Amino acid sequence: MNQDKREIVIPSQFLGEIKNKKAGKGTFVENGKIYAEILGVLSNNPDYINVISLKGRYDPTEKDFVIGIVIEAMQSSWLVDINAAYPALLHVNEVPWDVEFGETEKYLNKGDSIMAKVLQVDQEKKLQITLKDYNLYKIKGGFISYVEPSKVPRIIGKKGSMISLLKKYTKCRIFVGQNGRIWIDGDEDGIKKVIETIVMIEDESLSYGLTNKIEELLKKDTKDVH
Amino acid sequence: MKSEIKLFENGKRLDGRMPDELRNIKIKAGVLHRAEGSCYLEWGGNKVMVAVYGPREAIPRHTQNPLRAIVTARYNMAAFSVEDRKRPGPDRRSREISKVISEALESVILVEKFPRATIDVNIEVLDAEAGTRCAGLTAAAVALVDAGIPMKDIPVACAAGKINDQIVLDLGKDEDNYGSADLPIAISPRTGEILLLQMDGHLTQEEFDKAFDFALKGCHIISDLQKKAILEKYQSEAGGI
Repeated sequence: MNQDKREIVIPSQFLGEIKNKKAGKGTFVENGKIYAEILGVLSNNPDYINVISLKGRYDPTEKDFVIGIVIEAMQSSWLVDINAAYPALLHVNEVPWDVEFGETEKYLNKGDSIMAKVLQVDQEKKLQITLKDYNLYKIKGGFISYVEPSKVPRIIGKKGSMISLLKKYTKCRIFVGQNGRIWIDGDEDGIKKVIETIVMIEDESLSYGLTNKIEELLKKDTKDVH
Repeated sequence: MKSEIKLFENGKRLDGRMPDELRNIKIKAGVLHRAEGSCYLEWGGNKVMVAVYGPREAIPRHTQNPLRAIVTARYNMAAFSVEDRKRPGPDRRSREISKVISEALESVILVEKFPRATIDVNIEVLDAEAGTRCAGLTAAAVALVDAGIPMKDIPVACAAGKINDQIVLDLGKDEDNYGSADLPIAISPRTGEILLLQMDGHLTQEEFDKAFDFALKGCHIISDLQKKAILEKYQSEAGGI
């Protein structure tokens, strides 16, 4: 495999025969041939072919941690935007509070942000989220930034290497939702630096050895301060 | 009236093209920041801007299909796109074009992946010079790819026609106005499937076959331009470092 350059593929591009490899994510099979279905980066593994999307909506999967913004408070539930194609439903049974019927607005209102977990995605792509898990709550304070959902793994890094790096050097609290929203809390300079770094990671997300590069940069910045 | 105007001179057309030559085409992907996907296309004197939004939940609800997404293309000509001011708003012609483009796009987009959703495609014709439905569809296809929407193929459209009893590719403005037939087609270049085929005027069977071959050839040339435009936008991101 070519290690310095990642190959960009576009829909309908021929990727290989089904006989040799399995068709993975972002591909479709027609007449025994594998084609790309989305614009993305080719990841050609020994026994399967994936296309990692470059752009597009967040595709919700069960048990994903996401950051949502409440769109509407209804009688016994809330509608929450989690950047998917559809709004997600948060039922009063799925929150840690004891909510009386019709009093949902007391707890969460339009515009409030929450950290949530995707509870269920059904066949019709009806989404349900929950707040009943550890580390899930209503967000108070801080700042929410946004990246393409496909770039989230790069922000987190291998086994969380990139994100722990960011936390270490900026002393900020950071939570990355799988839907591309990132919550940052800390002092003003810290938040600024985190956002700058995130923008950089997003721009250079396709290059190799990015974690080391970012670490050097963050180190240099901290030296400048002292 | 129609045949009185000379559209050919020394085997060349009014704008100096050969019968099987396309106008100049320039495609740029991802030009708008707010839209999820966008494309700007110049095709001879045509200037078309396309913005794609979605997939998102279809509203009003009765338009939703519980099994798949609906594709809503909106073809609109700007008031200043033609010589006499065009009265703004949808009319009979633009509604028809919106419909045929929606259906052409729907057959290549993997609509089963987004039940109950809608994908909105806004096609804005800024400057018109014959063949805007082809230009609109070609640009819409690029914008859809740019939006990261899963598709089986990148559709492409091109027209052929008959002027002064001769079959030509890609009619210009005068050729369209004074020519005797116009045949816009859209295909799926990978499979050769026909997504759109309309005809204005009269052609014999042989003339039709020839015009169809011309248009098909044109489609494949434009298809390469589309792919190049998309790669140009995203290759730099990947190959730059």
